[in-house]
Amino acid sequence: MSNDHKTDVATTGIVEGEIVEFPLPPHHHRLTDTDPRAARRAERQVSTMFVLSGVCIIAFVAAYVAIPETSYINLGPVGTLQTSNLVLGLTFGLGTLLIGIAAIHWAKKLMSDEEIVDYRHPVGSPQEDRDAAKAAFDAGVAESGFVERKMVRRTLLGALALFPLPLIVMLKDMGPLPGDSLRHTIWRKGSRIVIDVTGQPLRPEDMQVGSLVSASPEDLNEIQEAAGDQNARAKASIILVRMKPSDIVSEQGDGWSWNGILAFSKICTHVGCPIALYQQRTHHLLCPCHQSTFDLADSGKVVFGPAARAMPQLPITVDSEGYLVAQSDFQQPVGPSFWERA
Amino acid sequence: MSTVVEGVGKAIGRADDRAPISSLLKDNLRKVFPDHWSFMLGEIALYSFIILLLTGVYLTIWYQPSMQEVIYHGSYQPLVGIPMSEAYSSTLHISFDVRGGLLIRQIHHWAALFFMAAMVVHMFRIFFTGAFRKPREFNWVIGGSMILIGLLEGFAGYSLPDDLLSGVGVRIVAGIIESIPVVGTYLLFFIFGGEYPGHDFIPRLYTFHVLLVPAILLASVGLHLVLIFYHKHTQYPGPGRTNDNVVGFPLFPVYTAKAGGFFFIVFGVTVLMAALVTINPIWAYGPYVPDQVTAGSQPDWYIGFVDGALRAFPNWESEDFLGHTWSWNILIPCVLMPGILVTLLLAYPFLEAWITGDTREHHLLDRPRNAATRTALGATAITFYGILVINGANDIVAQAFNLSLNQLTWFTRIGVFVIPPLVFIATRRFCLGLQRRDRDLLMHGRESGQILRLPHGEFIEIHTPISDDEKAVILAKRDIPPIEAPPATDENGVATPGLRAKKWRAKLSQAYFGENVKRPTLAEIEAAEHHHHDEVAHEIDVLHDAGAPVPSELTD
Repeated sequence: MSNDHKTDVATTGIVEGEIVEFPLPPHHHRLTDTDPRAARRAERQVSTMFVLSGVCIIAFVAAYVAIPETSYINLGPVGTLQTSNLVLGLTFGLGTLLIGIAAIHWAKKLMSDEEIVDYRHPVGSPQEDRDAAKAAFDAGVAESGFVERKMVRRTLLGALALFPLPLIVMLKDMGPLPGDSLRHTIWRKGSRIVIDVTGQPLRPEDMQVGSLVSASPEDLNEIQEAAGDQNARAKASIILVRMKPSDIVSEQGDGWSWNGILAFSKICTHVGCPIALYQQRTHHLLCPCHQSTFDLADSGKVVFGPAARAMPQLPITVDSEGYLVAQSDFQQPVGPSFWERA
Repeated sequence: MSTVVEGVGKAIGRADDRAPISSLLKDNLRKVFPDHWSFMLGEIALYSFIILLLTGVYLTIWYQPSMQEVIYHGSYQPLVGIPMSEAYSSTLHISFDVRGGLLIRQIHHWAALFFMAAMVVHMFRIFFTGAFRKPREFNWVIGGSMILIGLLEGFAGYSLPDDLLSGVGVRIVAGIIESIPVVGTYLLFFIFGGEYPGHDFIPRLYTFHVLLVPAILLASVGLHLVLIFYHKHTQYPGPGRTNDNVVGFPLFPVYTAKAGGFFFIVFGVTVLMAALVTINPIWAYGPYVPDQVTAGSQPDWYIGFVDGALRAFPNWESEDFLGHTWSWNILIPCVLMPGILVTLLLAYPFLEAWITGDTREHHLLDRPRNAATRTALGATAITFYGILVINGANDIVAQAFNLSLNQLTWFTRIGVFVIPPLVFIATRRFCLGLQRRDRDLLMHGRESGQILRLPHGEFIEIHTPISDDEKAVILAKRDIPPIEAPPATDENGVATPGLRAKKWRAKLSQAYFGENVKRPTLAEIEAAEHHHHDEVAHEIDVLHDAGAPVPSELTD
C-alpha cells in the first residue's frame, strides 16, 4: 500500500477552510486523435447527417406543396392527426435535429478535446479606476453646482417627481369607473326565464323533479347585440333546479321559489366560474374550477371548498300566461366578492 | 483554404476599419467555458425563447386580436355557423386553413412550456450549487424575475385564442383582481375596459404579449448573458479546478459547435413534439362564452401552484370588516403567497450572504451536500410548490386514483404545512450523512468488501484509498464557521451597536452551519494514514510470522 496520494496533499498544503489544489489529470487521446481511419469515419458520419438534414428540408418543401391542409391520418393509438402537420413537422424537425447532432458529433470527435485553463481576475474595477471614477464624478458635481445651489436642486427634484403624473393620469380612461354596475344584472321584475340553448320560455311543467336547466333572461341576446360584448351574460346566467318542495330546507327569501323550482346565479361566488355540475340526490352544486360545493336545498350555502358566500338566489314566480319569470333582480351582487361589496 | 473562411476573414477586415471587431474577437473567441450537462439547462431556456420569438412572428401574421363576434365559416366542420370572437376564429384559421399553421402554433406552445420548465430547473441548479453567491447575486435576481415575467407572458399567450378553457382562466384572474383591497374593482374596470369580459381585453393582452413583455424579456436575457460572459462561468470542483481559474473548452470552435448544435437539437425536438403530440386543441374546447365551462379545467403547469393554493385555501372572508369586503380566501393564496414566495426567492442570495458573513467571490460551485441547510431549504420549497401544483389538478388526481376530492383537498390543506418541514429535516440529515461519509472516505478510504481472516483469528476489512480526482472534489469543500454573537458590551462597557440583529445572525448562522461536518485537516488525514499504514504493516508481519501468503491487496 503506497502513500503516493499523500504527497499531493502535502505539497499543496491543507489550510483550514481553504481549497486544496490538485493538478489537472493527464489528457487521454480519443480514438479519432490517434487513428486516422476513425477520424475519417467520424467525418463521414458528420457529413452524412448534414446531407440527410438537407434531404429532410427538401422533403418538407415537397410535402408543403403536395399535402393539402384538410387531409387527416389515423395513427391508431396516437389518434387522428392532420397529415400536413405530421409530415411537415417530421421533416422540419428531423432536418433541424440532424444539424444539431452533426455539429455536436463534429465537436466531440474531431475538434480538440484538450481542456484549456483560463484565469479569473477579481470582478470589480481596480482601486485606481474607482478613484479616477470618483474624481470624475466629484468634478462633475462641483461644476454643476448641484450641492451649493439648493434651490435649483430642490426644484429639479420636485419637477421630476411631478413629471410622470400625466402618464399615470392618462390611464384613467382605460375603463369607466365601476359605479354600482357590479351590483345589478339585467334581471328585472317580470323578466321571462328562457332556456339558454334554445331561447324557449319555460313553464313550470317543462321541468321534472331532479332536473337542471341553464337559463337566461329573454332579452339577453338583444342587450348583448346592442352592447357588442358578453357582459350581460357574464352576470345574468342562472340555473333552474326542481326538487320536491319537501326537500327544501331553507331559501334566501320567503316565496322566492315556485313549487320546488329554484333559480340560482350560475356564477360562482368564489372567483366567478360558471357552475353546472349538479348532484340530483344531494342537491349539491359543484364548481369545476375550484370545487366549491353549494347546497341548493339549503339556501345555496357553501358546504365545501374555497367559496365563502352562498350562491345568490333569484326570486321567481309565474306570470299570467303561466311562464316562469323573475320577481326582481338579484337581491345581492352575483359573482366574486369585491372591496366595495359590504 | 475554404472560400467561406476567406470570405469571413475579408469581411472582418472590412468591418474592422469601421468598428474595432478584432479587438473584441481577440479576447473572446477563445474564451473558456467549463463543460457539464447541468450547464445546458439555461441554454434550453435561451433557445426556447428564440424559438418563441421566431414562431410568434409567424402567428402574428394571421392572428386577429379582436373580440368582435363573427360567425365561423372555416374548414373545421363541427364549429361552422357558430358565433365566436375573431380571436378564436383566426386561431382556428391558423390551425386548419394555414398550411403548417398548426405546426407553428404547436411549436410555439411546446416551446413556451419548455421555456418555463427549463428556467425553473436551471434555477434549481443555480440554487443547489450556490452559483448565486457573490458576484452573481444580481444575475440571480434577473433570472428569478424572468421566471415571474415568463409566467405572466405564458398566461397571456395561453389566453389569446379566447377559447373556452383559457377564457375560464381569464375569468378566474378577473375574480382574483376583484379581491385586491382598495383598488381591486378599479383595476378590474381599467384592465378590462369596463365590466368583465368587455371587448378590450384581448387586444390589450395582445400588445402586452407581443410587444411589452418580449421586449422586457429580451433585454433581461441580454443582460443575463452579458453578466455570465463577464463573470466567466462557474465550475464544479475537481482536479485542476480552483476558485481562480476556469477549465474547459474554447468558445470557438468547440462551444460554437456544441452550443450552436444544441440550439438545433432543442429546436428539432420541439418541432418533433409539435408534429407528434397535440397541445392545447382549442377547437375541442369551443369558443369562450361566459356561462359555459368544461369540467376538469386545468391551467398550464406553471400557473398550477397558484390554482392549487386557491383550491385548497379555506373559505375565509370578512364580508364586512371596517366597512369593506376582505376576500382572504383569494387574497392569501393568489396575491400574498406568490408575493412572499417571489420575495424570498429574489432575496435569498442576500439573506444567505448576511448569515454567512461571507464577502469572498465564489466561482467554484458547492456540492449540494456541503450546504446542508441551503439544500434542505430548497427541497422544502420544492415540496411546498409541488404539493400545490398537484392540488391544482386535484380533480384529475381524484378521478385517476379513485380518491375522494374532499379528502384530497384536506390532505393538501394539512400536508402543505406538515410535509415540507419533514422534508427539510430529512434532507438536512441526508446531506450531513453524506458529509460524514466524505470525511470518512478521505480519512480511511473506501470499504473494499474484502474481508480477511488473519491466522490468529482476527477479521479485518481492506480499505482502498480513493483516487485523487475524488479527493479533489471532496477537499474543495469550504468550512464556514458559524458566527458567534458578540458580547452585549465591549471591554469598556459600551453597548454593542445593533446587538439584536447580530444575535439573530449568530443564531441563524449556528442553525445553518453549526452541525456541518468539518473537513479533516492535513494533520488528521496524515494521522489516519499513519494509523492505517501501521495496521497494514502489523498485519503483514502477522502473516509473515505465521508463514502464510500475503494477499496482494495488502502490499499494493
